[in-house]
Amino acid sequence: MVLVFVETENGKVRKAALEAVYYGYLTAQKLGTSCEALLLGNAEDATSLGLYGATLVHQSDSISFNFFDTQVYSAAIAQAAKKLEASVVILSHSSNGKSLIGHIAYLLDAGSVSAAIDIPETDKGFSVRKGVYSSKALVNIEINTPIKVVSVLGNSLQISVIGSNVEVQPVALDVLQPGIKVLSVDKLQSNVTPLPEAERVVSGGRGLKGPENWGIVEELADVLHATTACSRPVSDADWRPHHEHVGQTGIAIRPNLYIAIGISGAIQHLAGVNNSKTIVVINKDPEAPFFKSANYGVVGDLFDVVPKLTAAIKNLNA
Amino acid sequence: MKLLVCISKTPDTTAKIAFNGDNTKLETAGITFIMNPYDEWYALVKAIEIQEKWGGSVSVLHVGPSENDSIIRKALAIGATDAYRIDTEAVSADQVAFQMASFIKQHAFDIIFTGKETIDYNGAEVGGRMAAQLNLPFISFASHLDIVAENEAIVKRDMEGGTETIQVNTPFVISAAKGMAEQRIPNMKGIMTAKSKPLNVVTPQEYSPKISIVSHELPPAKKAVQYIDPENMAELARLLREEAKVI
Ligand SMILES: Cc1cc2nc3c(=O)[nH]c(=O)nc-3n(C[C@H](O)[C@H](O)[C@H](O)COP(=O)(O)OP(=O)(O)OC[C@H]3O[C@@H](n4cnc5c(N)ncnc54)[C@H](O)[C@@H]3O)c2cc1C
Repeated sequence: MVLVFVETENGKVRKAALEAVYYGYLTAQKLGTSCEALLLGNAEDATSLGLYGATLVHQSDSISFNFFDTQVYSAAIAQAAKKLEASVVILSHSSNGKSLIGHIAYLLDAGSVSAAIDIPETDKGFSVRKGVYSSKALVNIEINTPIKVVSVLGNSLQISVIGSNVEVQPVALDVLQPGIKVLSVDKLQSNVTPLPEAERVVSGGRGLKGPENWGIVEELADVLHATTACSRPVSDADWRPHHEHVGQTGIAIRPNLYIAIGISGAIQHLAGVNNSKTIVVINKDPEAPFFKSANYGVVGDLFDVVPKLTAAIKNLNA
Repeated sequence: MKLLVCISKTPDTTAKIAFNGDNTKLETAGITFIMNPYDEWYALVKAIEIQEKWGGSVSVLHVGPSENDSIIRKALAIGATDAYRIDTEAVSADQVAFQMASFIKQHAFDIIFTGKETIDYNGAEVGGRMAAQLNLPFISFASHLDIVAENEAIVKRDMEGGTETIQVNTPFVISAAKGMAEQRIPNMKGIMTAKSKPLNVVTPQEYSPKISIVSHELPPAKKAVQYIDPENMAELARLLREEAKVI
């Protein structure tokens, strides 16, 4: 059985978790087994995990799950995997998933691959593909242990509805006491999709000249329902918050659409965004290296071009 | 406080990546190797800042052959007290974590630092694996760390769309992200004293890795860019909808 750990937020299943379930479903199909989901805590829409391929949702609730503690969550997930006899455990490659993967794999004496971008190859063994060297290359990794743990990179596969609502069943687990204490959780604007999950991203660089000019970036992001990002010098100068910094030393993303405004396209920037499906580059310098990685390029003054693009998209939507 | 920083070796960020004949190993000719930036800029510098304020020592720990000593010496030049190198090739996250946790078990460290991930395998697995083996709390992607008492820390952790503030008692494992500290460039005195600081070589444990590399590939080449007249943004909007189908 393939067991998928489902992350929740504000009492609902996260988008990244739906992708993980669908990935689990496709993996289970290949292995000729079933895909089941594991929920720690509550989610009002848990039954809908069946739509994306889970045949059953196991749920365990405890006040220890109210806040995220790697030890508590890993122990519970590993215990559920053993009890339910899972051969594969799937996680989302989110900030919590990244904390969990090594921990769970150790507890299960399992080999693991994080940030998978494709369904495992199971013809000869169990090999998983991921990006390495900040996406400058891909690698296929064979997991040599009976139990396998894999985390799925966001936006790696197009999910579709393949089933119907399923039952949520309690599973009894011995839950640890947290070893840390979460004092507070500060959320940014909750109506904006977080960068790693965003399908559309509008990103600004030093070409914008200063934080006071970000209005045109935000307006474009607004009409596209996109999330905003920035280059490293921009966040280093505190023009924009650190969590918007994308690239090799920032967040690596792979949205369907990445619009780069006034960004030169340095190798370290490209490393974090090059896997975006469609890249639009707006830059006044025709020699800017970013154009080599772009699908669509606009050579022009961003202060002139960006408002025009925003207006054109508004027109198209009207 | 006794602090430990786990450091890894990665290709320089500008390195052009290629592989050997059967695509299993990185072609290292012409590549400059550096200390993984998260380990150096954030984990190591933060540990040194804590030591400067609270006293104690900062040890660095590396898994790799002696040819990597230059990276360890750099960490000593930046300000680490001493170093340990586990004398075996690093082949997988599970192997590296196992070797380091086995070493750490025999020493009492208060805080064990890693970078949030390496910029080569981008796995982010080592910290979690070590914490599990050592049965310690693990806080990942920490952007702030304040020691508030000899055995107590307040940590801020980045996550999708927000930040958590966490209280934790030592010992614990932490992975460092941007915000934690500012990069330090080693000065001449640091470089000179680094030469005489202890670099201890540790014998590795028996271990068989749980994964193996089948092959590497380079991503498919991108199609040539299509230029759009800056006066005709309606055309770009149309292409994004009809051709790329992304809006
Ligand atoms: C180890 C290391 C790690 C790094 N990691 C990252 C990382 O993770 N992410 C990252 O982004 N960078 C990273 N960098 C920095 C990177 O090398 C570049 O310096 C950085 O990406 C440049 O940012 P930028 O494109 O915003 O600025 P610049 O390179 O200054 O480019 C600004 C661009 O704006 C254009 N422009 C200016 N005015 C206008 C206008 N009016 N209209 C249109 N275009 C205009 C210019 O032509 C230029 O191309 C790293 C560097 C190192 C050494």
